[in-house]
Amino acid sequence: MSTVALPREVPHVEVHPAPTSFWRKYIFSVDHKMIGRQYLFYALFMLIIGGLLAMLVRWQLAWPGRPIAFMGKIAPEGMPGGQMLPEFYNSLFTMHATIMIFFAIMPILIGAFGNFVIPIQIGARDMAFPRLNLMSFWVAVPAAVLIIWSFFVTGGAAQAGWTSYAPLSAIQPRGQTLWLLSLLVLGLSSLLTAVNFITTVINMRAPGMTFFRMPLTCWALFITAILLLLALPVLSAALIMLLFDRVLGTTFFLPAGMVVSGQPWPNAGGGQVLLWQHLFWFFGHPEVYIMILPAMGITSEVLPVFARKPIFGYRAMAYSIMGIAGLGFIVWGHHMFQSGMNPILGTSFMISTMVIAVPSAIKTFNWLGTVWGGDVHLTTPMLNALSFVSMFIIGGLSGIFMASTPVDIFIHDTYFIVGHIHYVLFGGSLFGAFAGLYFWYPKMFGRMMNETWGRIHWAITFITFNCVFFPMHFLGMRGMQRRIYDYTQYTHLKGLQPMNQFMTISLFVLGAGQIILIVNFFLSMRRGKVAGANPWHANTLEWQTSSPPPHENFTHGIPTIYRGPYEYSAPGYASDYWPQSEPPAGPAPIKAHG
Amino acid sequence: MKDRLGFPRAARFLRLALFFFGAASLPGAAAALPFWLTLPEQASTYAGEIDGMFHLIMWITGIIFVIVEALLLFFVLRYRHREGRVAKYTHGNNRVEVIWTIVPALICVLLALLSRRMWTEIKENMPHDATEIHVQGEQFAWNIRYPGADGKFDTPDDILTLNQLHFPVGKPVVVTLSSKDVIHSFFLPEFRVKQDLVPGMKTRVWFEANRVGHWEIACAELCGLGHYRMKGFVTVDTPEDFQKWLAEQAAALAAEQKQASTAAPAPAEVPAALPPESKGGSS
Repeated sequence: MSTVALPREVPHVEVHPAPTSFWRKYIFSVDHKMIGRQYLFYALFMLIIGGLLAMLVRWQLAWPGRPIAFMGKIAPEGMPGGQMLPEFYNSLFTMHATIMIFFAIMPILIGAFGNFVIPIQIGARDMAFPRLNLMSFWVAVPAAVLIIWSFFVTGGAAQAGWTSYAPLSAIQPRGQTLWLLSLLVLGLSSLLTAVNFITTVINMRAPGMTFFRMPLTCWALFITAILLLLALPVLSAALIMLLFDRVLGTTFFLPAGMVVSGQPWPNAGGGQVLLWQHLFWFFGHPEVYIMILPAMGITSEVLPVFARKPIFGYRAMAYSIMGIAGLGFIVWGHHMFQSGMNPILGTSFMISTMVIAVPSAIKTFNWLGTVWGGDVHLTTPMLNALSFVSMFIIGGLSGIFMASTPVDIFIHDTYFIVGHIHYVLFGGSLFGAFAGLYFWYPKMFGRMMNETWGRIHWAITFITFNCVFFPMHFLGMRGMQRRIYDYTQYTHLKGLQPMNQFMTISLFVLGAGQIILIVNFFLSMRRGKVAGANPWHANTLEWQTSSPPPHENFTHGIPTIYRGPYEYSAPGYASDYWPQSEPPAGPAPIKAHG
Repeated sequence: MKDRLGFPRAARFLRLALFFFGAASLPGAAAALPFWLTLPEQASTYAGEIDGMFHLIMWITGIIFVIVEALLLFFVLRYRHREGRVAKYTHGNNRVEVIWTIVPALICVLLALLSRRMWTEIKENMPHDATEIHVQGEQFAWNIRYPGADGKFDTPDDILTLNQLHFPVGKPVVVTLSSKDVIHSFFLPEFRVKQDLVPGMKTRVWFEANRVGHWEIACAELCGLGHYRMKGFVTVDTPEDFQKWLAEQAAALAAEQKQASTAAPAPAEVPAALPPESKGGSS
């Protein structure tokens, strides 16, 4: 059975019959909608694990050295008698960051929403390469198995931070090798996905779906896929070099004269320590945008629907995504201002970093412009999308502090940075993901999530999120370093314990609040109100077909596109939304964006 | 059963809980705010400048933050759905796009220019006629080396200390940093000094103390399981006290060398760092 989705010229008949066996339908599916849902479960599962790791980290920060009895049974090696060892603490924050970044946020934004939404939004029956898509997901699964397995090998999971700076990462216990293998495998999965997305968006758009009639989610995911394609191979190269340093005795990152614990390190000489940082951040900075651009796309999708208003500055939004993507490749050195990199180079990276703030500012102002003068319906997706905007403002502005090289001298590697990254990744990406989840849930599962419990979940998350992460800026201002097992060792940090306790308690409330989401998510599949095709009265193509969409997406064949995606409240048109595929009737003007 | 705002009764309890959570935490946070919002003491000559830049950015971003968030909140409330409200049909406005591209760009360029000048002064231009000190990091200690009487490093009269950094007030200090094993970061919070120690490389950093006192060296780059306790001690002396301390150290070193040469023919051992523990308990 061939499963290649056909190009748009082919007349619309059901090209392939829907699979009927359980295995082909639910497990090894080539349907982008099923793969999207598989990624969703995958990401939510890993999100829970990453969150639990964060709670252990924060426990130690609030009450350094206080035992947790039951953890003594679960992790007897890392927490004998429930008391956390420093190396286990290092594993916890390393794995928290790794899991959240690579196994939760990327799969939910790119794997789940990207797969589910792109083909339907551009009017295609499926991805360009459905079997490659199947492979992407099933390559991502062993990567997750490897990363979880690494907790159980001798010496525990990787302990060198998610950035795994060499040479520390070269001399760590075995868990680090599994970390490297896991990310290599996952990188392959992401590359396949990127190729698929790019091909699909370029080749599979329905008739009339020009690039500038594409919904901004597709724009964001398209550019994200290009970033992945260009940045990931660099990470993979670095991972392979580090792997070779660890297992084959090469010395890419090991300089001459290394003495570890009084013993000369056996294979050292000729390596360059800073090389790892250059390679890692050449990937790592685009990676930050890989995680935020899809969330920006989702927000740009949700705001017009619930403000009943066209997006403000559609072309400016699309161009600023491209601007961010381009500039994202020339700012990596701002992670290395204090690394020993030539300070003159630091100046040029500071200037490029300051410039990349501009497209983000443009996007923020355009979101504001979208809400202005709208007819704002505060549904759960809208609340989460508005939270994305307001939290992204904080995350964006706090970035300016560390962009300034002299200020970075003080706040580099402190909790100020930790606060910044969480405002971007949780306040940004995760609120964007929540917005997407509440928004597309009816399309994915055919039923609505409970709106009231959705709002309660949002309120708890929004308030406690700020209680956990805003004080991090204060800790950083007092000079508290990140990745530190026991800050009470330092005289000038002792006074920070009450603040840390407040943050930890807030995190427990935040974590408990997510139970509401999980219960709502599963109960709504059975008991939720039946959604119907277009519960939000939205314009884009996914809402013009049934929920969930049928096999090959469109009951009446591939639609033809007549207008841009955000024609809300158009004067002279009877309804306040005007679907992209609705044929023009009568004298109503067809307005192009711009 | 639903109440006025459309929340079911079960949710009331949660709203109450949230309210008390907020009510209990806000005054506490507000009372502590003056402390939290301050940076540490300024013990070096350029600490004030760096803090000035920090505060400039804080004001600029703070004002932008308040305006943008207030506008967002205002728009959401002002244009909230009411029966019969019709949204404005607009696709944007090129003039405002240009304005809100150029204004942030100008602010960013201004900040970059101001930062560049300060950065050059702090990181690029090393002062002449400074007290020279070498610091070598290892898991998990600071080996600190003074040139001794001959003014040269790596000679037998070098003065070595473990985790004890002394330098005089009112005179620039240039520290040359290196590492035996992994990356560490030399962080003096009160001096606004941070510079990584990179194996295979030498990095340099300068600063000038403006007061005498005792502070701590922190390691700011994850360097292994003992990273959290890689702590050193900073003593800023008057120039006289500093010379006195150096002389004491030199005398102690001489005595040690003499004892070593009489007791055993082996050459004097450099004081070794504490061996890294394989298992560290909590403090």
